[in-house]
Amino acid sequence: MSKQSVTVEKICLLAGKIMLASGAETYRVEDTMDRIAQSYGVENPQSYATLTGLHFSLDYTESSYFLRITKRATDLHKIDDVNQLSREIVAYQLPLETAYHKLKTLEKNVPTFSLSFQVLAATLVSGCFSLMFGGTWADFLPACLAGSIGYSTMILFDKMIEIRFLAEFIGSSFIGLTAAICFLLGFGGSLEMIIIGAVMPLVPGLPITNAIRDLMAGHLVSGVSKGIESLLTAVAIGAGIAMVYGFFPV
Amino acid sequence: MFDIIVQLAASFIASAGFGVLFNAPKKSLIPCGLVGMLGWILFYTLREFHVDIVAATTFAAILVSILSQVCSRILKRPIIIFTVSGIIPLVPGGVAYNAMRNFVENDYNTAIQLSAQVMLLAGGIAIGLMFSQVINQIMMKLQKTKP
Repeated sequence: MSKQSVTVEKICLLAGKIMLASGAETYRVEDTMDRIAQSYGVENPQSYATLTGLHFSLDYTESSYFLRITKRATDLHKIDDVNQLSREIVAYQLPLETAYHKLKTLEKNVPTFSLSFQVLAATLVSGCFSLMFGGTWADFLPACLAGSIGYSTMILFDKMIEIRFLAEFIGSSFIGLTAAICFLLGFGGSLEMIIIGAVMPLVPGLPITNAIRDLMAGHLVSGVSKGIESLLTAVAIGAGIAMVYGFFPV
Repeated sequence: MFDIIVQLAASFIASAGFGVLFNAPKKSLIPCGLVGMLGWILFYTLREFHVDIVAATTFAAILVSILSQVCSRILKRPIIIFTVSGIIPLVPGGVAYNAMRNFVENDYNTAIQLSAQVMLLAGGIAIGLMFSQVINQIMMKLQKTKP
């Protein structure tokens, strides 16, 4: 412990913050924080994580530290990396300074897939889902087109607007619009299958599974709030599609 | 037969593609795709044999959660990476969409029936996900009791 500035609680809070902001389950976040603290000889660490904030204290009579989480995204790679690092910390008892620096670099530069590759993935996902849900080959290309337009619009507006649900609403209304135009021009066998496939990249898969896993682990507060988050997204997507149906009675 | 091959390919690409959207580590994309593919094929085959949709979803979710547990043990990665991509094809997007559409068209009777089905399907997925956790806990307890 060369410098007093890096302490165990700082490392624990940073690790927890990265995991929560990347969309990890809260019970995993608490578990990781406790393990890291225990590996540094803290006997009775107390951690409490919710979707929007983290609490941590070294013992239940010690003073408690708090960190606010404002931005949340989905980044499985970061969750995996923090997980590996926490294993390393537990196994080799990394010095506090090293662990802190590793976490800091991890927070900033984790490889992500390029935006164009993500849009390509969304395109293929849309087409494949419309085939899986009972669409014909005629629906494949329109679904791909609508899916890629919808996903790129969602990403674009997500960067411009602070409110996430609005971006999802706009994205799904673009999907509805593209699908309706394709269908009216005579491409595609059934409008329903095109829309169902194209909407899939926007579906909140991670919050749904996390909500269930958190509820099962007994984290009722986080589970319920994650469930509400995914419900709001579903409503936003549905409303976007519904608006298009209102304008174009297909 | 051709149908099954199309379904296998489509579900593999869809699940692995979701891995890309969620920025999963590159090495885990293929296991993600395989988990999603096997889960979906079980669901699809059960549906071909006219098994009830809720039961089919539950069984497929159980398979997905067991496979994810195996993958996370072998590859030493958090289980969430595999469950997310595997569960996505089972999420009742189509039924939810139809429910929403009927609400918009003021056909509330059909809409509420479909919403109830969505709730049941979500419950089926929850049971499936819970199943692997229960098995995991039992295994841990058994390992601890062994000397």
